[in-house]
Amino acid sequence: MARLNINGKIHNIDVEPDTPLLWAIREQIGLTGTKYGCGVAACGACTVHVDGVPTRSCSLPVSSFTEKQKIVTIEGLSKTVTHPIQKAWLELDVPQCGYCQSGQIMAAAALLVKHPEPTDAQINEEMSNICRCGTYNRIRAGVKLAAKNAKGAKSNNKAQRA
Amino acid sequence: MTIAQKLSRRGFLAGAAVATGGLSIGFHIPTAEAAVGDTPEINAWVVVKPDDTVVIRVARVEMGQGTLTGLAQLVAEELDADWSKVTTEYPTPGQNVARKRIWGDFQTAGSRGIRGSEDYVRKGGAAARLMLMQAAANQWKVPVGEVTTSKGVITHKASGRSLRYGKVALAAGKLEAPKDVKIKDPKDWTIAGKPLPRLDTKAKLDGSQIYSIDFKMPGMLNAAIKETPVPGGKVKSFDAAKAEKMRGVKKVLVIDGNAVVVVADTWYRAKTALDVVNIVWDEGANASVSTASIKAMLTEGLDAKQAFVGNKKGDVETAIAGATKKVEAVYRYPYQHHMTMEPMNATAQWTPDKCMVWTSTQNAEAALATAVPASGLPIEKCDVIRMNLGGGFGRRSSSHDYVRQTVLVAKEMPGTPVKLIWSREQDVTHGTYHPTTMCKLTGALDDKGNVVGLHMRISGQSILAGLRPEALVEGRDPGTFQGLNAQGPEGQFGYEIPNLLVDHAMRNPPFRPGFWRGVNNNQNSIYLECFIDEMAHAAGQDPLEFRRKMMKNYPKHLAVLNTVAEKSGWGKPTAPGVFRGISQHMGYGSYVAAVAEVSVSDKGALKIHRIVAATDCGHVVNPQQVAAQIEGSFAYGLSALLYGEMTVKNGRMEQENFDTYEVMKMADMPPVESYPVPSGGFWGGVGEPTIFVAAPAVLNAIFAATGKRLRDVPLKNFDLRKA
Repeated sequence: MARLNINGKIHNIDVEPDTPLLWAIREQIGLTGTKYGCGVAACGACTVHVDGVPTRSCSLPVSSFTEKQKIVTIEGLSKTVTHPIQKAWLELDVPQCGYCQSGQIMAAAALLVKHPEPTDAQINEEMSNICRCGTYNRIRAGVKLAAKNAKGAKSNNKAQRA
Repeated sequence: MTIAQKLSRRGFLAGAAVATGGLSIGFHIPTAEAAVGDTPEINAWVVVKPDDTVVIRVARVEMGQGTLTGLAQLVAEELDADWSKVTTEYPTPGQNVARKRIWGDFQTAGSRGIRGSEDYVRKGGAAARLMLMQAAANQWKVPVGEVTTSKGVITHKASGRSLRYGKVALAAGKLEAPKDVKIKDPKDWTIAGKPLPRLDTKAKLDGSQIYSIDFKMPGMLNAAIKETPVPGGKVKSFDAAKAEKMRGVKKVLVIDGNAVVVVADTWYRAKTALDVVNIVWDEGANASVSTASIKAMLTEGLDAKQAFVGNKKGDVETAIAGATKKVEAVYRYPYQHHMTMEPMNATAQWTPDKCMVWTSTQNAEAALATAVPASGLPIEKCDVIRMNLGGGFGRRSSSHDYVRQTVLVAKEMPGTPVKLIWSREQDVTHGTYHPTTMCKLTGALDDKGNVVGLHMRISGQSILAGLRPEALVEGRDPGTFQGLNAQGPEGQFGYEIPNLLVDHAMRNPPFRPGFWRGVNNNQNSIYLECFIDEMAHAAGQDPLEFRRKMMKNYPKHLAVLNTVAEKSGWGKPTAPGVFRGISQHMGYGSYVAAVAEVSVSDKGALKIHRIVAATDCGHVVNPQQVAAQIEGSFAYGLSALLYGEMTVKNGRMEQENFDTYEVMKMADMPPVESYPVPSGGFWGGVGEPTIFVAAPAVLNAIFAATGKRLRDVPLKNFDLRKA
């Protein structure tokens, strides 16, 4: 039995404790946006946020989580596909096949929190998810566009408050 | 009896010539009379709903390359549709069979998605427009010549009347299809040719896009599989006592004599149980094969007497014997894996009356042709529903082994839908690998440094021999010579060399080869373009000028070469420590060239600073997606150059996952400046061609930087420090 807080909802899951979080999310909760790519934390397709930290869910068992940890999957990133990263991805047509993009988007969203104005070196370091279609340059451009838009939105908010 | 023979006996046989990598691959799909159904369609390509939604049928498959959007643009263009109302759908191969292959070929490979179907899909859109116009004219009782169309609206200017397509679609669908259909001149395009956003992006941003691996059905079970690690091996025995007692496990079985399958309620339980099944393999004849034994086999072919000829001109032997300077080199290209992000998988449901398959495939007709014999049912009782692909790259066209296995398992559990997912380890060790070849090149230079002779002896694996031996032409695999043929719209050797011989000693190791994005162009372009560079240096000439001298009769090849030379600033100074390399190639109907700028540190670390790439694909349907394909081609091609190698030990592939089979990540990815330079008058592909120039441009730049000529792949195996 595991109790997991996923996308703001507590789920009681009847699985073996060594079941990886990825497979609990996909097969028990039924959210399939988080992808299986390698099972060994090498590709990043399974990236989710755990208390805001990008985490490769394929290699951590459900037993290592408590209900106090807030797990967010791609389905829970925003209600209407309006996270700055999602908007930038849409504007630049970042995805090709799209299979890795849930993980890329989750990694990029966490990157923006850590580095609101990321440098190329920071993008290289934080964005280590694999994309076989080769969307890397558009991902880079998407991260920068999202950072720019988020900054713009922030200063707009400030201006409105002032 | 094979399925093809069975069908042939019943008089239904139609040879479906399916082009893959420039080759004609025959598989057999029958045609039969069948009801068209009650779909409110105007024709096979276009459905207009009462609310004006335009559904464009797409026969090829979207796997990331943008074909879905591009083909819809072409149809919508001829239809004068309102682009904001356009959606798409895939017909099934069963429907295609029932309608005498009205949608043509489903194969999505060989960079053919657009170029292989642009003509008939455009005509399909144009015909539907004429029918809509006729239906409106009939309603208004005016001559059809007086009505016009724009953005989904038909107008009769004289009377000031107009109708939206949705209002006359039903009537239009009942009209006879026009026989003579004219299509637009690309210069008049307003939807095609424009950098429109893809139709399928949004669902890829919130996890809502359903890939094959995500497909669910009520009551569905999940299966995991372990197949013999040695090609040709069998299951000798297995002990599933422990696995069978594990939670959720429903069945443990052997299929095809060479694989053990566990079926459980969830896939993770199936996989966990499979891990504790003790399997003893009968390894068969290939248990001692190694990378070294394969290399020895190929090396022998480099000087073997018997070889298939691909391109021959003049007398190369005499030219080499009389050369002022002889240049010689041996190159090698290893086995590589496709590494699609989504591992192979399929879902099947079998009953004595029906076998349905849901899967990601590059060729749903071939998937159906695989499912039918596995199901034991007639083709009329089988169908394949296409799911979104998490990458294809040729793997999902080379073999539908995963479909066969899924159907075999489902057949053991009648009525129960079963999804079989290959673990990444099963996937990597049971690929259809990029074939391994070697090439010995001998060049003859005269006293002015002109190339007067070139012999390219390729030795190595034939894809056809491994996948479809019946398609060999008197033993010869024409695909081996991709990009090296004397002529043809598919890929033409781009240099004037008076004495030339390109031949192939076929040597087939036991590992199954496949069509791997770019296919044989990948290594052929390295062999030729790096060796041209070697000869240029031997002649003491600039590699660009050396090429240009031999390209006067190849203006399209030359034009893309000139584009990258100009855009990269070839001949002008680079930043300190940065060096350039250049290459050109023609394949899949397109002309491509690239310049790479690299530096190599004192410690041998390679940095690719910049790529400049040009592609002449004749016509561009969506410039931003062509640019995406060019960029992606460098990620794919440079991954192969930097990291790509499957090694063999004790008859087994040694790499099993992304941790041991590395691919390029963000930090490796160079900026790519892409220049689509469509010259019109022909249709070339874009999904693969630019891959061909990625590796040779970088290798030539590494030579410029270090004086080291690397003739083997991948670079991770070599010390790049200065010679």
